[in-house]
Amino acid sequence: MARQRNPQIVTANDLFEGDVIYLTASGDWSRDHGEAAVAHDPDQAERLLGVANAQHDRVVGPYLADAKISPNGRPQPVHFREAFRTRGPSNYFHGKQAEA
Amino acid sequence: MYAYDDFDADFVRARVAEFREQVNRRIDGSLTEDEFKPLRLKNGLYLQLHAYMLRVAIPYGTLDSRQMRQLAMIAERWDKGYGHFTTRQNVQFNWPKLKDVPDILDALADVEMHAIQTSGNCIRNVTADHFAGAAADEIEDPRPTAELLRQWSTDHPEFQYLPRKFKIAITGSPNDRAVTKAHDIGLRMVRNAAGEPGYEVIVGGGLGRTPMIGKTVRDFLPKADLLPYLEAILRVYNLAGRRDNKYKARIKILVHETGTEEIRAMIEEAFAEQKALFQAPPTDLVARIEAAFAPPEFDNTQSLAFDRAQADDPVFRSFVETNVTEHRNPAYGIVSVSLKPVGGTPGDATADQMRVLADLAERYGHDELRVSHEQNIILPHVRKADIPAVHAELKKVGLATANIGLISDIIACPGMDYCALATARSIPIAQEIATHFDALKLERDIGPMKIKISGCINACGHHHVGHIGILGLDKAGVENYQITLGGDGTESATIGERTGPGFAAEDLIPAIEAIVETYLDLRHTADETFLDAYRRLGARPFKDAIYHEHRDNARAA
Repeated sequence: MARQRNPQIVTANDLFEGDVIYLTASGDWSRDHGEAAVAHDPDQAERLLGVANAQHDRVVGPYLADAKISPNGRPQPVHFREAFRTRGPSNYFHGKQAEA
Repeated sequence: MYAYDDFDADFVRARVAEFREQVNRRIDGSLTEDEFKPLRLKNGLYLQLHAYMLRVAIPYGTLDSRQMRQLAMIAERWDKGYGHFTTRQNVQFNWPKLKDVPDILDALADVEMHAIQTSGNCIRNVTADHFAGAAADEIEDPRPTAELLRQWSTDHPEFQYLPRKFKIAITGSPNDRAVTKAHDIGLRMVRNAAGEPGYEVIVGGGLGRTPMIGKTVRDFLPKADLLPYLEAILRVYNLAGRRDNKYKARIKILVHETGTEEIRAMIEEAFAEQKALFQAPPTDLVARIEAAFAPPEFDNTQSLAFDRAQADDPVFRSFVETNVTEHRNPAYGIVSVSLKPVGGTPGDATADQMRVLADLAERYGHDELRVSHEQNIILPHVRKADIPAVHAELKKVGLATANIGLISDIIACPGMDYCALATARSIPIAQEIATHFDALKLERDIGPMKIKISGCINACGHHHVGHIGILGLDKAGVENYQITLGGDGTESATIGERTGPGFAAEDLIPAIEAIVETYLDLRHTADETFLDAYRRLGARPFKDAIYHEHRDNARAA
């Protein structure tokens, strides 16, 4: 199996609200990227994705996203798209940045 | 304004009721997302980066004050207090909740609006010249044709599962304000030698991954033949269009791969069959549609108020220079309301602003509003004597920016601030360009300048036909921007040429400034526009300017 270059987290959109959510270690969902469960190898990542896919009555479009681990041990996004998803649009103080 | 008949009203209500049930079944788990997604898309509901997005059709960009007020109500009650007007003359709400969408659709149905066919591989909202029925250069109002096409294409059983989405635009003026040559079908109203009205039919234009200018397949099509001829084009495309590759599924690829002559022959053959079978639309229906778009009763009372206000107020004079266009009636003007305040988000209007626009249309504008493909709002019939009062009201709500057609009147798609398909952001780039050139106070000296920005290759921001086009891409996890020059979306349509390697966001504004400075240095006279200068000079001096001055910062694309 191909080697996983980065740790990964599972993210999706909430079915009812549409906003960005992250799968936690308990199998629940958080709006805080820092609370996402981190997979350090491909098998672990696939397991997490399986947990997410089983919850199609709560979430839409789960997928694996690369993450990096900050000094405090919490995952952070690697790609700028995922960074934008953690906060909200640039032009208004809307979305997650306003709810934080 | 066209008003729904009972059939229209019942059809839209039935669709809302059907979708309400589908939403309920998704929420209670009876439908999976794979089952639900095509159903929600058929009702204009997307899932974007941060939230759902509902795209509402504004057929041919025409609406009245009652409809605009309803959009304001929806923005306030179910969204975050604003709406986004798009290059396809639609309006998008960026933050609805899934459970609320059927209620929103019901509220739209209350004012004869809907979101049907604003997504999916079908004939999308038909777009038209935003000055229709008002422009001094118009041969004929294109909106009766557009409304006929709306009725013909809505729920057309043969064309619900085309190879890809299909876009039709129509203009009634020789000066093309509807970008007809960049649509799957472009219709230009013309007259033949006998003075009879008809259409020039252009097929196979489109932007996106493979930008192409449409090819004329009929110089003159009599009005009576329009529907069977369009049926013929759609039938040829539906049968022969590629379905093996979504990027090659547009009619522009079919025209390109087959050849214009052969496509024309295929269309004519299908047309001969269609014409024999096709039942013309009932004359009373056509008459009803045409009556709905009859010109308003103009008030030709002469007044000096307009001239006096221009003489007395340089701010108003400046507004008139850029935002008021000649009307067919000399006592009237067409007022373009800019949704591009310096540093603002192109195309956004707050609920309060929408209500003011509705009030102004009702009080001064024969109750008509238009959405332009350039993301502005038009009051098409304002008595010149009333324009100073309109300007004063617009000023109060931040809608009096005098920049139509200037460098800060930028088309920008939502980009990665909203769109799930985007590869980079568009809005902050538009904001920076507008702010930068406002500070330089060069905007009026530069003159006519169309900057268009897309956040991905799909080109919703029409960057290929921008005098300066900007395409945002993801380059190794960093936002990167490619520049094209010399694009044109009018009757002399041209696809812009890529200058070379793209720029990091922080290097883009200096590159745009270098292009503008080069133009100002090299133009023959102050009257030579950027586009004319570019066509005379070619790309070389502009490339030299941006890559010489920024060679250390330029990034290979």
